Amino acid sequence: MLYREAGQFKATYAEDMAIFPIRQDRIALAVLLGIAFIGVPLLATFRIWPFGTDYLLWAILLPFLILALAAIGTNILVGYCGQISLGSGAFMAIGAYSAYKLATGVHIPLAWLGFAIAIPPLPVLASILLGGFMAAGAGILFGIPSLRIKGLYLAVATLAAQFFFDWAFLRLPWFTNYAPSGSVNAPELDFFGMVVRSPVERYLLCLAVVTVMAVLAKNLVRGNLGRQWMAIRDMDIAAELIGIRPLYAKLTAFAVSSFIIGVAGALWAFVYLGSWEPLAFSIDRSLELLFMVIIGGLGSIMGSFIGAAFILIVPIMLNVIPTKLGLPLSTQTITHLQFIIFGSLICYLLIKEPHGFARLISIGKEKLRLWPFPY
Amino acid sequence: MIALGQFLEVLIGGLMSGVLYSLVALGFVLIFKASGVFNYAQGAMVLLAGLALVRALDLLVANGLPLWVAVILAIGFAAVIMAATAWLIERFVIGPLVNQDGLTLFMSTIGVTFVIEGAAEMIFGSDVYPLRLFPTDAWFLFEGLFPGGILVNKLDVWGALIAGVLVAGLAVFFQRTKTGRALRAVADDHLAAHSIGIPISWIWFVVWLVAGLVALVAATVWGTKLGVQFSITFLALKALPVLIIGGLTSIPGAIVGGLIVGAGEKLAEVYLGPSIGGGIEYWFAYVLALAVLLLRPQGLFGERIIERV
Repeated sequence: MLYREAGQFKATYAEDMAIFPIRQDRIALAVLLGIAFIGVPLLATFRIWPFGTDYLLWAILLPFLILALAAIGTNILVGYCGQISLGSGAFMAIGAYSAYKLATGVHIPLAWLGFAIAIPPLPVLASILLGGFMAAGAGILFGIPSLRIKGLYLAVATLAAQFFFDWAFLRLPWFTNYAPSGSVNAPELDFFGMVVRSPVERYLLCLAVVTVMAVLAKNLVRGNLGRQWMAIRDMDIAAELIGIRPLYAKLTAFAVSSFIIGVAGALWAFVYLGSWEPLAFSIDRSLELLFMVIIGGLGSIMGSFIGAAFILIVPIMLNVIPTKLGLPLSTQTITHLQFIIFGSLICYLLIKEPHGFARLISIGKEKLRLWPFPY
Repeated sequence: MIALGQFLEVLIGGLMSGVLYSLVALGFVLIFKASGVFNYAQGAMVLLAGLALVRALDLLVANGLPLWVAVILAIGFAAVIMAATAWLIERFVIGPLVNQDGLTLFMSTIGVTFVIEGAAEMIFGSDVYPLRLFPTDAWFLFEGLFPGGILVNKLDVWGALIAGVLVAGLAVFFQRTKTGRALRAVADDHLAAHSIGIPISWIWFVVWLVAGLVALVAATVWGTKLGVQFSITFLALKALPVLIIGGLTSIPGAIVGGLIVGAGEKLAEVYLGPSIGGGIEYWFAYVLALAVLLLRPQGLFGERIIERV
């Protein structure tokens, strides 16, 4: 009754092709954005429940936003273009470390040429975006094998990127500005004179970036490029026969995806972690992102958000529930139980709905259209 | 002569540790051939088998049984555990997911990995357990030819012997037995195999069981080398480039790939490592796999991939 598009006539092609053609969807999105942009900061500023402490902002909303952004990037590559990648963590790391190097100034001595490349420290926003571009470059480089290799073979090939960059950031001290401990600290987040410090400010910053990127990504996948990606995903040989260039389509997918993942990595390091080690971007992170994309739904921007929320919140819940219930379990047992429950949940979800939460939502929408009648 | 001696020593050490990678890779190949599942859980299965074996062995020896009886009983116990795991995986994960695409199956095996790791450590404990089934001291060969001789670890030789016996055994099993033939039929085309009356779910159970037993063998060797501990699961990741180099569907490929990776990474570590910062063992195998894939996308021994629209 509520979710019915009867009476909403589309008089122009533009209306028909709109990003949210149904009025109820537009209202729901506006409400959601209103809550995210105005409601949450207001509640957090005046410390009203559930924002009495910074816990919800710091431990859940901030990582959720950034990981959702990284999941969108992964989804463009895996979900829209069908190229399985286990190297997302590495691209996050490239974004983070490039942004760090650019924000603290780059100095490459070229002794044999007699001069040095020196770039002065750049503003934070510029270095975060440039970090994204560096990740995009690395993505294109490691995407080249995708022209010859497919499927799970490609997945293992992308592992090369993961392990190579893990090693590089750990072992080559140039990347960490010769920090003795190997961990680096983010510079102060100065945006045109406005310094972002408190959790609410950080949240708003991430929210703005994620919103802009998500809108861009959504429009990209609806357009020419996105359709090329999907054609390649569905059957690459057939796509080639109808005139889609695999080289261009695959490499743009790698570039766009790595750019978004790189920006997410820079945000993760600068805004969320503050100081970090290469371990923050290990293979576990790559697998986590892949889980988010698959549980959320391959080929769905909204699915990326839901998947990110699920993968982030379930372990936290599994951690909190036994303590809340007061079960007499050792921390070790709880950790092992977490593993078991998380693993079984993933298997269960994959069996029950291999197309992820996005599919469940579209089924729900269909049902809601007819509700309360069965047909 | 010192340089040549050192080179040979590194090469032999690398080849031998490559054999151990092959032991893990074999399990992957068996499952991929028969069911098209890229089984990330193989490393976790090695951990589970190793933990079951070493804990049962410790318990039996502590109760005063002679060592050889205890070893046989413990291996039997671990085999039963692997059979139960195989049945559970087939019944509750792989069976319901039949006909899903490779990525979904791969992710489900990561879920299985979490479950196995959690359960194995919860039941059998999560410390480092030393396992002493094989001698771990070293031989020095050709002492007359090279100063100091060439150091060869006895355990590595045992590992190579076991791998050889295992591959021969698997070859006989696949070529000569009725179940082995059925396995190959399922690997070729599972719908056709189903239609001529081969029970698919039974075959898949057998495949997972064989992979579990291969994991048990790998666990005895790796457990003796490193002690049975959680880090054994990372072997699964090291076995991936081995598979890719050898080809996902080839048993000899798993062995050859293991040898190439083992020798390559040891040689690279010794001869290239010092000039670019050390620790390149960490990624060398993957970059090697990438290079092989660019030349031969199906791996060295993999079946040629023919695509049709």
